[in-house]
Amino acid sequence: MTPRFYGVVGRFETPDALLEAIRCLRRRDRHLRLEAYAPYAVEGLSEALDLPRGKVPLFTLIGGVLGGASGFFMQWYAAVVSFPVNIGGRPLNSWPMFIPVTFEMTILGAALAAVLGMLAVSGLPRLHHPIFDAPCFGLATRDRYFLCLRPPPGMPGPAPAKQYREVLESLGATASDEVWT
Amino acid sequence: MAEHEEKAVSPGTPELGAGWTAGGVTDKIAGVVLGRGGPWTRGWHAHWRWRSALLISFGGVLTLLAASTWLFMRGVGLFGVNIPVAWGFALGNFVWWIGIGHAGTFISAILLLLRQRWRTSINRYAEAMTLFAAGIAGLFPIFHLGRPWFAYWLLPYPNRMELWPQWRSPLVWDIFAISTYLLVSLLFWYVGLIPDLASLRDKAASRGKRLGYGILALGWRGDARHWRHYETAYLLLAGLATPLVVSVHTVVALDFSIGNTPGYHSTIFPPYFVAGALFSGFAMVITLAIPLRHYFRLHDFITLRHLELAAKVMLACSLFVAYGYASEIFTAYYSGDTYEIHMTQDRFTGMYAPVYWVYMFCNVVVPQLLWWRRARRNVPTLLVVSLLVNAGMWMERFVIVVQSLHADYLPSAWGVFLPSVWDWVFLLSSIALFVWLFLMFIRYLPMISMAEMRGLVQETAEEAKP
Amino acid sequence: MRRLVAPTASTAAAIGVDGGRRRVLKLMAASAALAGSGCGQPPPEKIRPYVNMPEGMAPGDPVFYASTLLRQGCGVGVLVETESGRPIKIEGNPAHPASLGAADAQSQAAILTLWDPERSRTVMRGGQPSTWTTLLDSLATQMGQEAAARGGGLRLLSGPVSSPTLLAQIGEILARFPEARWHVHDPAGCDAAKHAALQLFGGPVQPLYRLEHAHTVLSLDAELFGPSADGLRNAHDFMNARRGEPRARMYALESTPGLCGAVADTRIALSPAGMEAVLDMIASQLGVSDAMAEQRPGPQAAWVSRLCTRLSAAHGASAVIPGHSLSSRAHLLAWRINTRLGNLGRTIHPIAQRLPPAPLADGTHDAAPAPEGLGALVQAMHDGDVQTLLMLDVNPVYDSPGALDFARGLSRVACSIHMGLYRDETAHASNWHIPMAHELEAWSDARSFDGTASLVQPVIAPLYGGLSAHEVLDMLAHMRTRSAHELVRAQWRNAWNMNDAEEFERRWEEALRRGVIEEAQADRLVPIDEKALKARLPEGPGPEPQLIAVFANDHNIVSCNQANNAWLQELPRPYTKITWDNAALIGPATAGRHGLRNGDVVSLTSADKPDGLLAPVWIVPGQAEGVVTLPLGYGRHQGGSVAQGRGFDAHVLQEVRNGMSLRSAAVQLRPTGQHHAFAATQHEMGLAGREPVRSVSLHARDGADAADAAPPSLYPPRQYGGPAWGMTVDLDACIGCNACAIACQAENNIPSVGPEEVARGREMHWMRIDVYHADSGGRAQFQPMACQHCENAPCEIVCPVGATMHDSEGLNVQVYNRCVGTRFCSNNCPYKVRRFNFFDYADHDPSAAARANPDVTVRQRGVMEKCTYCVQRISHARIEAQKQGRPLRDGDVVTACEATCPTQAIVFGDTADPRSRVSRAKASARNYTVLAELNTRPRTSYLARIHDKEAGLEEEDDG
Repeated sequence: MTPRFYGVVGRFETPDALLEAIRCLRRRDRHLRLEAYAPYAVEGLSEALDLPRGKVPLFTLIGGVLGGASGFFMQWYAAVVSFPVNIGGRPLNSWPMFIPVTFEMTILGAALAAVLGMLAVSGLPRLHHPIFDAPCFGLATRDRYFLCLRPPPGMPGPAPAKQYREVLESLGATASDEVWT
Repeated sequence: MAEHEEKAVSPGTPELGAGWTAGGVTDKIAGVVLGRGGPWTRGWHAHWRWRSALLISFGGVLTLLAASTWLFMRGVGLFGVNIPVAWGFALGNFVWWIGIGHAGTFISAILLLLRQRWRTSINRYAEAMTLFAAGIAGLFPIFHLGRPWFAYWLLPYPNRMELWPQWRSPLVWDIFAISTYLLVSLLFWYVGLIPDLASLRDKAASRGKRLGYGILALGWRGDARHWRHYETAYLLLAGLATPLVVSVHTVVALDFSIGNTPGYHSTIFPPYFVAGALFSGFAMVITLAIPLRHYFRLHDFITLRHLELAAKVMLACSLFVAYGYASEIFTAYYSGDTYEIHMTQDRFTGMYAPVYWVYMFCNVVVPQLLWWRRARRNVPTLLVVSLLVNAGMWMERFVIVVQSLHADYLPSAWGVFLPSVWDWVFLLSSIALFVWLFLMFIRYLPMISMAEMRGLVQETAEEAKP
Repeated sequence: MRRLVAPTASTAAAIGVDGGRRRVLKLMAASAALAGSGCGQPPPEKIRPYVNMPEGMAPGDPVFYASTLLRQGCGVGVLVETESGRPIKIEGNPAHPASLGAADAQSQAAILTLWDPERSRTVMRGGQPSTWTTLLDSLATQMGQEAAARGGGLRLLSGPVSSPTLLAQIGEILARFPEARWHVHDPAGCDAAKHAALQLFGGPVQPLYRLEHAHTVLSLDAELFGPSADGLRNAHDFMNARRGEPRARMYALESTPGLCGAVADTRIALSPAGMEAVLDMIASQLGVSDAMAEQRPGPQAAWVSRLCTRLSAAHGASAVIPGHSLSSRAHLLAWRINTRLGNLGRTIHPIAQRLPPAPLADGTHDAAPAPEGLGALVQAMHDGDVQTLLMLDVNPVYDSPGALDFARGLSRVACSIHMGLYRDETAHASNWHIPMAHELEAWSDARSFDGTASLVQPVIAPLYGGLSAHEVLDMLAHMRTRSAHELVRAQWRNAWNMNDAEEFERRWEEALRRGVIEEAQADRLVPIDEKALKARLPEGPGPEPQLIAVFANDHNIVSCNQANNAWLQELPRPYTKITWDNAALIGPATAGRHGLRNGDVVSLTSADKPDGLLAPVWIVPGQAEGVVTLPLGYGRHQGGSVAQGRGFDAHVLQEVRNGMSLRSAAVQLRPTGQHHAFAATQHEMGLAGREPVRSVSLHARDGADAADAAPPSLYPPRQYGGPAWGMTVDLDACIGCNACAIACQAENNIPSVGPEEVARGREMHWMRIDVYHADSGGRAQFQPMACQHCENAPCEIVCPVGATMHDSEGLNVQVYNRCVGTRFCSNNCPYKVRRFNFFDYADHDPSAAARANPDVTVRQRGVMEKCTYCVQRISHARIEAQKQGRPLRDGDVVTACEATCPTQAIVFGDTADPRSRVSRAKASARNYTVLAELNTRPRTSYLARIHDKEAGLEEEDDG
């Protein structure tokens, strides 16, 4: 198949340079498709890109509630319905004794939901990605900052690669390369 | 060159030495693992030390394997346990290890929420320590069972007999608490590792390593979106782990305080067990930090300030534990309960009294040194104190488990527990297993979070800007 | 002939000896083949099921046979429970006077000896296996020579004999060989008593106690409550007298704590000489002593005179009972005192010991002269007058006084034949050894302590090819080999002089079914010889030596045949709680004087044993100072891997004076600095300010409440539809005899774990008998302690897998195959009555499988176990009731411990039924539960001991 144009990635040396570039690009056009890459969580990056609010907290809440409820139900069902026996003369539904397990199940459910949710919404695991082909993108996990400028979906005509590179370099990218898939 | 001046350089703060750039810290830490620039080439002595240590500890691991095989063949009678002292070393070791396994998550979670900067360079290996300790702790209840091959009966699983665990038993709570704790700690640790694994993937020379680390890194590419979700999730995990840490040792404490044995049946147990756990945990953190920073020249990352703060936590725990001891004695006498009073007096003067007084010295007297700044900042002193505390906490567990049982309600049933050689074999070889796991960890995974260190470099650099 | 040859055809498997734990665990295990082939094989002759039990052999339905076990030659009636032909359990025979339904530890343990694969299996000649036929041949020639010499060189040595058949056979032999002599060796007996009786009655006479008529009993070191032929009956009778009005009183003077001391109203520790002095004082106060004992004033004089007044106040209803350790002079004094108190014929019956019949010329019979003792035999052996010596079920090489040096004498006997259950020391020292059949394997008969005859009915064919003594004696007398069955029947055919075969059969079967033989004439009392009564007493004891050794019968191992019995070995001694061992018992002060602690080895030397023996000491509160008690029966060199190499042999110090083997000797004690580790099951005997054992004063018996108010509970009490099983233990009736502990072990397949494991605190007895020493007095309080079956059971809440739970009748049940062995339940049990299989303790030997109770699971390694209230008996009773379509009745369910208790201290039943015995017992004001403050609500409760203030000798004023 013919390679498709993914975008142009520009390399920045400092987080401030990256942020600056993003900001002025946004000023020009709010709907530009931008992807930023940084070796650590750069403060203000997501605001600059004005990313949407994440769903991870919601997943976590649901996970916790489900975990706790199922935890208590399991114990109640086992002790009262499925296997009711006289243990030390205690009532069948001795709910105070069921609290610890319920609690642990809540935490477990929430934690699992948080991590799996996080991976899901960030589309991981995804072992290969076109951006990896960009020269010295490896430094993205060391001390370099990258900004990828992408064409709007379904844009007709030839890839505006040249124009994008000029834009990025004008914004202070020390290097820029085209990314094709 | 122009951009090079702009690069963030750490100005040197109590938590981080001067002159470090984001690239620098990454290379330094990754070097230890990838064997480039790290002590493997520069300080070859660290290398052979690591090898011989690994070899010795592996001997211990094999011993543990052999011993447990024999144990499962012959029966739990190999231990010194009897009636009335039906719980011996195995349970003591369990509580001790699980206690050690507390500091890691405490540091990563609670200090994160408290925005403590000094957590950054110690949380990774502390979490590893937590995992290994908790894992080893999980082995002991199984060693201790009369029929270990049925350990899974404590879990709720569908079976045609429609049999269930007995939910009122603290041991079942234990199963849930410990497995949850292990799982959540593992997640927490792994999530923290993902960006670093990506760094290793990108730095690794050999294809094999690239592949290995690459798979583990799940294709992490430092995308701003990733970072956003990642941070939320990490924060949430921290929020969840915090009550979890407290709950785990609370449940372990309930194993005892739910029971009616004098010396077990006490409401102070949960908080005082948690404090004890942090106590031994931080002692272990210091015990590990000192050789690490020495052999891998991490003095810039794990600074005296880290040790000092850990020592302060240790001191606080020591005071709390001391309060626990005191309140136990007070309630015993205040209750006027014959059995409690007898148990307490037996602690003071009975056959296990020497152990009692030794751990009183280790856990209450020795840590008082840490009131002095000079002691807190003196590495050898810290090492000795932390080792003593570790030993002291083990003895405390031993006395709680054994001494309470050996003379409870009916004088006719009083007995004596004497550890057998196997008791010692299992204790020592479990320590060997811990060491072995830790050595493997520092060899194959970054012992300090590179991503967070990069952030720290930037942060400190910006603070330093006028 | 073939019948006799057949059993011995199998060659013996020589059993190696090593005292290791595994060895001990495997002790009953030697040969699969023999045990396997043995089991399920009824004896060839027709035997009769006990009448009250269902006929036939429905598999799973136990069949009970009445038989008789021998204790020092006397019969003790038992019922043997057989499971499809295999004897598995022994109960008392209610119809038998020596049992009245109870069975003591030794009887219970007989099952284990019966199945013991280490029992002798083959005829031995010199160390070599031989055959019965070769023995017969050489015996024929030997007896031929003896016949020529009118039996001049023929000697017969046996234990005490009560069997009419055996006596008749001995009579025949003595008639055929006029010069032959019969000697009796009774290591557990008391020569001093025999000697005194001989003087007073001119013949062998034994006192028979009727304690149910007694009001005031004075025991001087007497082993009233066993283990002995009359122990069960004495305990039963005395406790009945105690329950009556006025409450019977017991005063115990003891050199070492004995069972009487625990029930005594006043117990005083005295040396044997001290006791004799007390007897002197009493005698002179009653005016039956020729030598006016000097009345030294002092506390002793005070309580002695009080004692004296009480004894004489209970004229005809008192009993002064001297024990083994006292001199024959003291026994004489006791007879005099009892005569003066009018006790003879009331509480004390002198009855003649049965002797072999001596046929007279006119065809009638006369009693042969009393048998001679061991001393005379040894003398003859040393003089070389003994050519042929037959030793029936005795082991004199081991258990005769060292002073006699029996072994050397034996070596001078041309043809010595030993017959016994084990190849013991004597078997090895003799030319011939004949394996003897166990009581439960061969036909015989016996008389109980009170003369009641009963048949010894075999319940299984000889497992290891043993022979009966009757067969061997018949051989000796007539060179015939009639079966024991024929001989016994012939004996009773004459005895009943019946020619009507049918009538005989009827009566024979009746005797077998009931387990006792109805006889017309009761035992007549022997008149006391007035002259001897008035005769001058021998000189009193000289100055008391500083330290005197008393040779006492062991509490568990009374005869050599019991030494290889792991149950008896592992049964804790009532006071010391020592297992698998004997110890030199000394008092605290004596210990202090020599600076001794428990387990320190001392060397004991006497005048004529300068080399002496080494013995570890055990300090016993309540031991008379200056007295070291040496239990006999240990230090075996042969006779089984369980018996060998444990403890020390005290016989070596035993001395002999004019034919009597003495029960005490002056010794010197010297610490050696060595130490011996004992395996004891209870370490703390003080009460530590707790009151598990309570007592109420006699008059408050029905007023003041022994129990505390029950604390409130958060939970509503459970309602049980069916019966709610419960138990009471009357601590006032419990004498601490341990019978229940062994009964429980036999009933519930409880393994023995061996001394090493006991020392580690891993003994498995479900029922343990706690002993507490109230403050200083050394007066012991026994408390049987097993699972209390709590309503709010602490053990159940903490079990993670629900392996212990309540069943529909409120039993606290243990589900073995669900248990994973966390042992949390044991930690949480305040009574610590749970037992854990730390190793694979169960005995997997075929013989063990054969004697195991099929209704009780054999527990595997790693599971917890405990008292089940004999749940198998409960369900058996329930099934029986359902088969008969009736509800369970009170008394349908009898637990093993309850059944065997000689004093009915244990009562089990349905607490939901207000009319049941247990409900009535629980209604008593003495009823209380242990550790009630923990609110465990136990189903087992205790009845407080009764403290009879007036009865004590301590108070100044007494009415």
